[in-house]
Amino acid sequence: MKKIIAILFLLVLSYGIYLSINSIPFGVSKTKVGNYYNLNGVKDTGANNIVTAVVLNYRGFDTLGEVTVLFLAVLGFSTILFTMKKKKSDNMPTPPSLILSIGCKFLFPFVLLFGIYIFIHGHLSPGGGFQGGAVIASAFLLFYLVKPSEKSSKKSFQLIESLSGMAFIVIGILGLVFGNYFLSNFLPKGIAGKLISAGIIPLIYIFIGIKVGSELTGIIDRLMGKNNEKQVK
Amino acid sequence: MVYYIGAFGLIIIGLYVLMVKRNLIKMIIGISLINTGLNLFLISVGFIKLGTAPIFSKPGLNPKIMVDPLPQAMVLTAIVISVATLAMALALAIRLYEHHGTLDMGKIKDQKW
Repeated sequence: MKKIIAILFLLVLSYGIYLSINSIPFGVSKTKVGNYYNLNGVKDTGANNIVTAVVLNYRGFDTLGEVTVLFLAVLGFSTILFTMKKKKSDNMPTPPSLILSIGCKFLFPFVLLFGIYIFIHGHLSPGGGFQGGAVIASAFLLFYLVKPSEKSSKKSFQLIESLSGMAFIVIGILGLVFGNYFLSNFLPKGIAGKLISAGIIPLIYIFIGIKVGSELTGIIDRLMGKNNEKQVK
Repeated sequence: MVYYIGAFGLIIIGLYVLMVKRNLIKMIIGISLINTGLNLFLISVGFIKLGTAPIFSKPGLNPKIMVDPLPQAMVLTAIVISVATLAMALALAIRLYEHHGTLDMGKIKDQKW
């Protein structure tokens, strides 16, 4: 009965969505602001990747808000899990297979390097701080899979995360001091296409990459952390 | 057009899961499906036929046929935030399971509204 009501409701809903979506043309240019970014983005910001230019230059303040949302979500996550009761149990986790442990030893530095490459080249090629941070966190996930008993230092991750978040804001305030407004691009823009160009964009993306990487690693660490506590006791 | 159908198909499947299923993990999967459908819809709104990615990776690219960079920039951050909120929902599920010993929302009496 519940399923039939749900399906009927969704049918009505999808008909309504169809009526409104039908009037949106597909595959044509719609917004003026997107065109403006495409035509003038390189000249304005010095970044080859227009998406990065939008994220960090035109809408840098917005990105600061989004990073704050991410921080709050991770904070809430660790607050919920912090007061958890630690139950004692004797079952040891099964040790990883030979392939996994050798593969991790081989792959870990390369995955880390790839993540760093992605966020350093965020203003030139596809990628950026958020994606690079996720790749770095996946490297640590591999590490935790191999060594579940390894105690990581949660404190240092939190320290790195807070420092890089503060660095973002400090760069913004420096823009207020040297430029005209918060997060203004006060460094020289350089030649578009070179690694050192686009002013503060690569700097901010490096900090975002470190921040996202340490936040996601902290999430993985907390979710796998239950086993660690059991073993230590 | 097929992108719109796919995006809203995902959203409607997610809503169906949220309405019908009682297991907390399945409900979280439904929320995640809605999230993915919404991201797909935003990206496909900015799509232009025969358009290229908005990146000047080599000289001679025409900026007039590049796709809209604005929805891509929004979705870029939305994906990472959705991962964090998903982790938060899972943490709540872990705590509920510890407290009640079940993930079935129908059996958790004092959580009903």
